[in-house]
Order: sequence, then C-alpha cells, then structure tokens
Amino acid sequence: MSTHDPKTSFQGLILTLHDYWAKHGCVILQPFDMEVGAGTFHPATTLRALGPKPWKAAYVQPSRRPTDGRYGENPNRLQHYYQYQVLLKPSPPNLQELYLGSLAAIGIDPLLHDIRFVEDDWESPTLGAWGLGWEVWCDGMEVSQFTYFQQICGQECSPVAGELTYGLERLAMYVQNVDDVYDLNFNGGEGEERVSYGEIFQQTEREYSRWNFDVADTETLLRHFEDAEKECRNILAADPVDPKKGRAIVMAHPAYDQCIKASHVFNLLDARGVISVTERQNYIGRVRDLSKACGEAFLATEAGGGNPDASEVEAA
Amino acid sequence: MPDFLLELRSEEIPARMQRKAAGDLKKLVTDALVDAGLTYEGAREYWTPRRLTLDLRGLTARSADIKEERKGPRTDAPEKAIAGFLRGAGLESVDQAETRTDPKKGEFLVAVIEKPGRDAADIIASVMPGIIENFPWPKSMRWGAKSAQAGSLRWVRPLQSIIALLGVENDETEVVPFEVSGIATGKVTYGHRFHAPEEITVRRFDDYVAKLEAANVVLDAERRKDIIRADAANLAFAKGLELVEDEALLEEVANLVEWPVALLGEFGADYLDIPPEVIRLTIKENQKCFVLRKQGETALSNTFLLVSNIDAHDGGTEIASGNAKVVNARLSDAKFFWETDLHTIETEGFQPWIDKLDNVTFHAKLGSQGDRVRRIAALARELAPLVGADPDDAEHAAKIAKADLNSQMIYEFPELQGAMGRKYAEIKGEKPEVAAAAELHYSPLGPTDDVPTEPVSVAVALADKLDTLVGFWAIDEKPTGSKDPYALRRAALGVTRLLLENKLSVSVFSLIRESYIQHLFRRQAWNEIVLIPLCDHGYASITAFFFYRGDEVAPWAKFSEIDYDRRVAVVKAKEEEADTRDSATLTSGLQDYELSYELPSFGSVIPDLLAFFHDRLKVYLRDSGARHDLIDAVITPASDDLLAITRRVEALGSFLDTDDGANLLAGTKRAVNILAAEEKKGTGVAESVDPAMFDTDQERALFTTLESAEHCAAEAVEKQNYEGAMKALAALRAPVDAFLDDVMVNVEDDAVRANRLALMRRIRDATGTVADFSKIAG
Repeated sequence: MSTHDPKTSFQGLILTLHDYWAKHGCVILQPFDMEVGAGTFHPATTLRALGPKPWKAAYVQPSRRPTDGRYGENPNRLQHYYQYQVLLKPSPPNLQELYLGSLAAIGIDPLLHDIRFVEDDWESPTLGAWGLGWEVWCDGMEVSQFTYFQQICGQECSPVAGELTYGLERLAMYVQNVDDVYDLNFNGGEGEERVSYGEIFQQTEREYSRWNFDVADTETLLRHFEDAEKECRNILAADPVDPKKGRAIVMAHPAYDQCIKASHVFNLLDARGVISVTERQNYIGRVRDLSKACGEAFLATEAGGGNPDASEVEAA
Repeated sequence: MPDFLLELRSEEIPARMQRKAAGDLKKLVTDALVDAGLTYEGAREYWTPRRLTLDLRGLTARSADIKEERKGPRTDAPEKAIAGFLRGAGLESVDQAETRTDPKKGEFLVAVIEKPGRDAADIIASVMPGIIENFPWPKSMRWGAKSAQAGSLRWVRPLQSIIALLGVENDETEVVPFEVSGIATGKVTYGHRFHAPEEITVRRFDDYVAKLEAANVVLDAERRKDIIRADAANLAFAKGLELVEDEALLEEVANLVEWPVALLGEFGADYLDIPPEVIRLTIKENQKCFVLRKQGETALSNTFLLVSNIDAHDGGTEIASGNAKVVNARLSDAKFFWETDLHTIETEGFQPWIDKLDNVTFHAKLGSQGDRVRRIAALARELAPLVGADPDDAEHAAKIAKADLNSQMIYEFPELQGAMGRKYAEIKGEKPEVAAAAELHYSPLGPTDDVPTEPVSVAVALADKLDTLVGFWAIDEKPTGSKDPYALRRAALGVTRLLLENKLSVSVFSLIRESYIQHLFRRQAWNEIVLIPLCDHGYASITAFFFYRGDEVAPWAKFSEIDYDRRVAVVKAKEEEADTRDSATLTSGLQDYELSYELPSFGSVIPDLLAFFHDRLKVYLRDSGARHDLIDAVITPASDDLLAITRRVEALGSFLDTDDGANLLAGTKRAVNILAAEEKKGTGVAESVDPAMFDTDQERALFTTLESAEHCAAEAVEKQNYEGAMKALAALRAPVDAFLDDVMVNVEDDAVRANRLALMRRIRDATGTVADFSKIAG
C-alpha cells in the first residue's frame, strides 16, 4: 500500500520503522511534550540510559534548532524537524546488524547503495554526555548517528546503551528521491489526496524563523532561563520523602523538565545573537550542572535502579 | 618453527587510527613473546576497517629451560637473613638450597632455581589478554551488558572475535586458547559486511588472505591504495582527466573500505567559479572524494572521484548520483559562503569582519581578538622601521590580517585562514605586500617552514608572535614540561627565525617592552583602568592610570611617567566614571574598585622571557650544527640581540680553529682560572688596575697591550665585527703567557696581589665582551 510505503510516504517511513523496532522488542513511545533540540533529550533516552535496568524504546521526536531556521527557503535546512530515536540498553552485540536490518526494511539495498560507518565521536556539552560511534553514510549522505553512550548527565553509563538517531527528512528525501524537503510526499496520497511536507511545514518555518531571529523577547527569555534554573534547583532541593504520602518521591522527571526548558531557552537566546562567546560557555555550564543534578536524582529513583525506600528509612 | 596468525575483528575502527594500531599490535606481541624467551623470523601487520591482523612467522616452538643460581647468606647467618633469602628465591626450607664453600666467604647457601621452558602456545595465551585489555587506543569505550561490571574491557569500538592460530608449515594449526571479556579465541572470521556475510574458517595466514579476498576483503592497505590509484587513473584517463593527488586522503579512503571500487561523479559546472582550493577542501573534508583536472591543465574539472565499498549491481550508477547530490549541496553552501564574503568585501570592505573581532574572546585576561589586533597593529607600526617596512603599510596590514577569521569561508574551513585573507585583500585592491602579509604573518609555523622576507610580512609576523608571547608571560601562563597549549615555543622559535634569517639586529628587550606597553594600554573598554601602584601593598599611591579605547588615549595619560618596574593592576571602574575621562574622580577611594587581575611588572617579565628566547635559540643553533659550549660562552642573561649572538658563535667557532684563537683561549683561560680560584677564596681584588704599582716589565707590557686590545675590540664589537674583536684580543696571548710564566700573582704584598688580580679581571672583562672563555671546552 503506497500510504505505508517509505518510498512514497513520509509517514510510511515512520510507520515502517515503528513496525521494525516494535518487532525487535522496543516500546514505541510518543514524542516528549516539550521543545527539545534532539531526540536524545527525551527522558526516555537521557534518563533511562542511566542506571542498571534494561530498556528498549523507539519514538519520533520533533526537534528544534532555532539557528537552523531559513524561512522555508533552504531545501535542506529546517528549524523544526523530526528525528527517529532508538535506545537499546544494554547495547546488544548485534546492534549494527539490527540497524542495517532497519535500513533494509525501508528499502535500502546495501548491494546497490554504499553504506558506511564513518568515525564520529558524539558529545553534548549541555547534557554532560559523550559517546563513541559513527555517522552512517548512504552514498555519501549522513543518514544516521550511531552512538554507544559512555556518559550521560555527567554519570557513567552502566551498562552502556546504544543509541540510533535517524534524520527522518534526509532519509525520506533519499528513499523518495527528491531534492527539496518541501517536495516530500507526507501521506503517500496521489493527486488531490497528496499532502506534501511543504504544505504542512513551509509556513511554520517562516513564522518560527522570524520569531526565533528577530521577535523573541530576549528579556523574557533570560527570565525564563533563570526561572527554569531556579525551579530545577528547588525541585531537587526538596526533601526526598513526601510528607503527605510518607514515602520517598524523588522528583527527577519534573526537575529534568526544567533542565530541558533552560536548554531550549538558551538555544533561542543563541539564535537571537545575544550571547557572547564567553557567556556561551557559562550558559552551557549552567545547563550541564542542572542535567548532572537530574541524572543523580534519577539514579536515586526506582527506574534509575536506586532504592528510594532506603532514604525513607534513613529519614524515619 | 610454527607460524602464528592473530586477528582482532571489531566494529568499524576509525580510519585515522588503523595503521598505528596494527603497528602497536605487532610491537606489543613480538616484544612480549621475546621477553618470554621466544624468537621469531618475521612479523607483519595488516588492517582493514574491521580488523587488525598479525602474521608472525618462524616462532620458536618452546622457550629454553632456564637454570638460575642465586647466592645467599652464610650458613651461620642470622635466621632472619636466611628466611628472607629462602622466601625471595621461592624455597620452602633450607634443605632445598645447596651449601657451597668459598675461601673468602666460607660456607654459604645457594638456591638453584630451574625454570622449565614453556610452549609457545602457553606463552601466547598468557600474554595476549593483557595486550588486548591494555591496548593503547587514543580513545576507547565500553559496550554491551558486560559494561556494567567494573574493569570491563575497553576497545576502540566493540571487539567481536579473536583468531589465534598456531602451527608449523604444511601441518594442521591449533587455536591458542584464551579469552578476553568473554570472547574466546577461534578460527572463524567474516568477510565483507554485505558481499560475503557468511562465516569463514581459516587455518593459517595464506588461506586466511585468500579466503578473505574471495569474500571481498583486500587485507593489505597498500594493495587497497594501489587498486584505488590504478582504477582512478584509468577512469580519469578515459575522460581525458587526471587525479589531483592527495596522499593523506588516499590513506584515509583506503581505510574506509575493505573492497575498494572507484567511481566518477559530476557536480554542477557553475560551481567552478568557487576558488579551486575551496572546491577541493569541500569535496575532501566533507565527502572524502578526490577532485580532477583536465590532463596537463591546472583548472579543475567538474568531475570528482569517490571510492565505494561495494561492487554495486547497477555498476555504481546510484552511488555516483547519490554522492553527486551531496557534493552539489555542499558546493552550493560553499558558493553561498564565497559569494557572501565577496559581497561583503566589495561593498563594505574588511570593516564588518574587523568589528566582529571584538566579540571573539582571545583569552579572558588578554581581551578579545579585536584588542589583540589593535595591539599587533600598533606594535607592527613600531617595528616597521627596524625591518625596513613602511609603518603605515605594516599597521594597515596588521589591521586586516585577521579579518578573514570572521568570513563565512573560514568559519566553514578554518584551515584556509590567511590564504583566504590574502585572496580577499587582493580582491579589495590592497597593495601586494599588504595582501601577502595576511597569509604570511602566520609563518613560520615550524622549524622548517619558510620564513617571510618581505618587510611588511616580517613586521606583522613579529608583532603577532611577540604579542602572544608577552601576553601569556604577563599573565603567567608559560609552557611547562610537555604542556604548551598556546604553542609559545613555536612562537618564540618563529621570532628567532624571523630575526636571524632576515639578518635583523634588534634588541629583543626593546621588542618585548614595546609589546608590553601595548598589553597595558590597548584595552577595549573605557571602564577598565590600568593602575601602576607605587608599593606592592594596596593601591593607595598610584603613579599612573590609563584609559584607552580604540586608537584614543585618555588625555591625561602620559607614557613617560610610567614606572614599568611596578606591578600592574587592572581594575574595573565604576560605571558612572567610565566616560568621565577625568582623572580627578579616580584618585580617591580605590578600595571601591573591583580588581580584575594583576600583571607582574615589566621588569620581572623580561628576564624570564629573554631566557626562553635563549633556550629556543640554543635549540635552533644546535640543530644547525653549532657547538653548545660556544653558545653557552656567548649568551649571557642580558644578551638580547639574537643575530649578534649567532654571529658571535660563528665568529668564535671559526676563530678558535686558528692559531690566534687557540692562543687566546689558552691565555685567557689561564688568567681567568687564577682569578676565579682567588675570588672563590675571597682574596681581595683591587677596584681598578694601578700602573704605578707595577714592578715588572711583563706587567707593564701586558697592561699596554691590554689597553690597545680593549680599545680595538670595543670598536670592533660596536660594529658587530666579532672576528676583528677576537683578532685584537689574540694579541694578549704572548704578554699573558710572559706574565703568568715569570711573575707571581699571589705575592705576600696584599696591595700588589690585589693589583695583579685586577689585571686578570681586566683580561676577563675584555674577552668577556666577546665570550665567556671559561665555558669553552678544551
């Protein structure tokens, strides 16, 4: 069916990847409901990559990079785009084969197309995170990032998780064989039924480019940054034991929301060009401090492999 | 004699690391085997993106038995000593030791330790896990379920399998059993990821190579390169083109594939308007592809060459067109950057880029790149007359020299800094020597790099390096040991080579002072004040303070009043005072100011930085064959004309080879040694020589010769004629000898002795204008 065929449909590409990774044991999650710069920021990756518990998840994450806005005029660059994110913890021994299997599923024949694993060390200074891996090339085009996480939120990954990030628009442009992202067929429909990527997103690209670059109120944003930072600290400073429930409730996720918010506000300020080089390092360091604190908090929770009851006993 | 085959197969190893890793593997394994008592006939390493392989031939099958005797204490030695000996030798009781007799030592114990030889397989199995676990990867990682355990294996990327096969020629081979992080050795590997995914069982190196080749893996990187070279040449020739060779790219590309297949692609011909360097770099850095040109021509063609890892079943059409799409997109970006830059240059000139330098921090304590450029420009202007450059040209060249750092092109391709600056300056219509300085002021970058000779470039290059050196010295961030993050050794060697190779006789002291002044007074903001305190405690009494912005000095600043030998404080002024430009408001209540940082006094920066220059000069002169004792003899802590030092070393070297030279050295040394010995004892030496106290002809003759030699030598030194100075001094040999042979220096009469020692000191002082002869060997 052409509506589900990655070669003719953007949503078909997503559905095929969902189907493939569901079959390989992943929970198929929905996007995180906040603005983020990349799929990695979703707590299903950032936080769940920490701690000893096994975890397999796949999801689409809308990602925002305010500085990449081009008013809908550049065929390759968008300030809002989609990443397909897979996280497998611990990284399975056949992760490369699983990844190549997903490319086969969306119709890329590795004896017709040149697939290459090219060195790429991944680092996110704001997340206090790094890993080693590759960018995956298909006929010279980078279509995915493949990373073995070593550290996230300043914490050692134990065990290590494997992260796969597909640039969905690029991949779709490749399999649909179009040169302009706005020409992508989104729904696989034909004639009047056809909905293009441009029909959905070209206008919003224009709107956001204008807002990101020229209109966003920097004073408000600076205040948002300070507020988010403060709230994150507040949350984490709270007594682990909830007096109402009489048990430990470490609020790692609400705190992490504020960390994400600070990170995105920083990106917006950066796009507005109001952050100097020296200040830049300072802001990045502040977000990193938050993410470290959130990582520590998560490790103390049940999902992070911690023993929240221990602190309860201690408190009692 | 068995052969050993080792393969470590992993997920894709970064191309830049493979060659070194394979070499490390060979060295580590062969060293370990030799240490354990084995020998081998030959070893060769191989690598592909997915494996490191070692082919070890003619290994000894077993290490030799070793019998070792260890002498112990006498049999009647204290019990503790005997127990310690037994423990050290690994014996359980005295019965296991032999007793021997020696006429000197009497009866004593000997432990005979026999170490039987071990099979090669045992040795391999015992050394290999350690080698693999501690492999010297530049960056390594953990992976998989095991990574949760402490001390789990780290490798460049996940290690997947290990082949370890040992066996004599024409016979069966055996797997050498060992295990690393749960990976047991075996005899199975895999071929090409896509062409031949099935497992391959191997026995020894010969069939291993053949089976891999059949499975679309060319094991030898040199062969992969040859294949790429040959295929590239054929493809290019058929189209009337030739490859623009690039060895570094070839090495990288050969290590990105196991089965190289060269293909040609085309990009849009309209991109050929972009400068060829930019096209080449875009295609190389981003896409790892080669560019081509028409045979015998210099202009690029719009064809590129890529190397794929598969024999595609459509002959590579899809791959070539896919790559072309990406290359076109990249070139479209590059063209955009180029045209944006051109537009800027043609409409607004360099100014927008220069202005932006103020937003780029150079170093927190040394200000922005803009501050730095203003300092360099002012310094280049000061230096211009010394190097024969026009001051206006030098200053202007320095102002635009770093502007390209803010061009779009350099943001994208930092390695083109300077080269693009020159291009843009030419387009802007700058004088050729000014444009050239944009590129050449970075030179020389290393000990063999060309040194600029055009005066404007020399002035800017000197100013650039001095500013860096003096700045980092002033904030006390000097190189230590192997740490030199700001490449200050390179900068100092650069200054040294610029001075020597352009035959510039200048005082480094004054160069440093000029630069220091710039560091003090070229501050970007009015609300930063430089204070030079009179005393070292607090800022109660200030001799001078300055505002400086852009090219404007605050009206009350008078450089002549500056006392450079005082510590310097940089403080932030209060907001309301920032623009008052009124000295009166600043003189009170200094404790209210926030101290930004302190700088050491100029006087304390100088000796240390000068010594650093001396060290660089010594290395440079030694590398060019000069005798180090001559260099030491010539350099004093105050020597600050590097060219003069070099000329003295040269003159001294050739002069010492002559009879006069040998004479002067011998005579001077004799005199100086006597003086030094007495000085050490604390014997009195007269303030000056008093001819009235002479009572021998030898003294009088020596004094007369000395007076004329001193005079001639001083005149010659003034003209930097060191050979002439030494010739003049050589006249001292005969009277010195006559004096020392016939006249006692250490006579009873204190006054006479002190006068004679003063004469010796005059000799030392006179020769000291050329060299410290006591430091010369022989």
